[in-house]
Amino acid sequence: MADSLRIGAGAGFSGDRIDPAVELAEKGGLDYLVFECLAERTIALAQGVRHADPERGYDPLLHARMRAVLPACVAGGVRIVTNMGAANPVAAASAIRAIARDIGLAPRVAAVTGDDVLEALTALDPELVELGVPLSALGERVMSANAYLGAGPIVEALGMGADIVVTGRAADPALFMAPAIHHFGWAIDDWTRLGRATLAGHLLECGAQITGGYFADPGHKDVPDLARIGFPIGVIDADGGLTIEKVAGSGGRIDAATVTEQLLYEVHDPAAYLQPDVAADFSGVTVTPIGRDRVRVEGADGRPKSGLLKVSVGYHDGFIGEGQISYAGPGAEARGRLALDILAERMGVAGIDCGEVRGDIIGVDSVFEAGPPRRSAGELAEVRIRFAARTGDRRAAERIGEEVDAMYLCGPAGGGGVTRSVREVVAIASAFMPEDRVEPRVALVN
Amino acid sequence: MRLHDLAHARAGDKGNTSNISLIAYDKADFARLEAAVTAERVKAHFGALVTGEVVRYALPQLGALNFVMSGALRGGVTRSLAQDAHGKCLSGVLLAMEIDGAG
Repeated sequence: MADSLRIGAGAGFSGDRIDPAVELAEKGGLDYLVFECLAERTIALAQGVRHADPERGYDPLLHARMRAVLPACVAGGVRIVTNMGAANPVAAASAIRAIARDIGLAPRVAAVTGDDVLEALTALDPELVELGVPLSALGERVMSANAYLGAGPIVEALGMGADIVVTGRAADPALFMAPAIHHFGWAIDDWTRLGRATLAGHLLECGAQITGGYFADPGHKDVPDLARIGFPIGVIDADGGLTIEKVAGSGGRIDAATVTEQLLYEVHDPAAYLQPDVAADFSGVTVTPIGRDRVRVEGADGRPKSGLLKVSVGYHDGFIGEGQISYAGPGAEARGRLALDILAERMGVAGIDCGEVRGDIIGVDSVFEAGPPRRSAGELAEVRIRFAARTGDRRAAERIGEEVDAMYLCGPAGGGGVTRSVREVVAIASAFMPEDRVEPRVALVN
Repeated sequence: MRLHDLAHARAGDKGNTSNISLIAYDKADFARLEAAVTAERVKAHFGALVTGEVVRYALPQLGALNFVMSGALRGGVTRSLAQDAHGKCLSGVLLAMEIDGAG
């Protein structure tokens, strides 16, 4: 049998389900289990947490996930790669060591750092792509700057014998590429194989989004046993060939339709999927079912990398205040519209200092939840309006919701169920910097 | 005929840009989709929602089109005032498009 590597996806986002990861660890016959848990702005918020407590700033679900999967992973020799380190990979690695010790295990854990490039980026002061202004224009509003590291430092950690590698910001596909590069010994300029490995990482990084999650559309796209959906396994061979499968008996489905949806997910030009390690080309990919819930994916390619790393910059961007209120029955939509019109006018009347505002009329069955909704000809059964505004300070944002609350006594008839919230906006902009200005570091943690 | 009957779709976001794949259930329908669902048609379908360009990529071997719509997300997930700030539901909006039933 040809040498192949089995990599499972244990999480596709920070809030993902844990049970399917345990199923993979126990029954997937895996070599590696990868957890992708770091959304774009999470790291900016985590920097703040770390600043308040140097022992924190990593994924809050790290404890629960590791406690759940470590016994099976250590027993089965399944190595783990994850970006749950967020703003503090070293503390995350120490926490994993402590969790393991608690249950009588002693895996070797490595932390990858160096993605925090705030100092170097400040010196370079590049233009921010989305804003068209230099980084320095944001001044004190800047919270964090993290470069998307490639597979290199993870490969290095695996080469040092790490059983578990914890990173902060790294390109999501790189978490999956690194085990393949380490295992097969591919050269760092083997563009075709790196392109193929990028495809494997791209297909696996969102977990159940390739096994029938985020896919079901009753009557058009039915998915069996979605409640017990299984997470995917990528089986990679020495040439970067890929088969996608899952644990037999788990819920969900894998076929050309689920794989093709994920193949194009968050992809722009399929011929130029730019990564730190390679410019991958998915334009000629073919997807061929080879059995029940097994699909062969072929035809990815790669070209030389740009030498630039994308950097994610977190910055303070004001607040958003919001309130909601429901109306039902005859004239519901008209009363909802009236409420929105009143609110828009009251921003001025009440002297609330806000910029962009938005009013929504939401809803088909949230009031008549037993549905189908009772409706007279041409009328909605109920609507829910939502009014939101951007403000420069928290107090003004609070007042948005207070005005929605006031729709009870000072708005149209029969409204109920007001909710309101204020959130501080942590926005993200991106920049590029030469990779030689970034210095990834790898350390085993004891 | 609605696209919903011929194809499925998934939306993704990168900053203020939305991309929506449109994938034929039956590859035999791809040519029809390719002819009917042009970038211009999609731009018109979304109307004022999309403030920038719509670019289409075709992957005939997968029976798939990929539409990249810039300026579609009111500033993107971190800034948008929309409830669905990711624009995840835009895939359903695309599938509501009517195309010529004869074919």
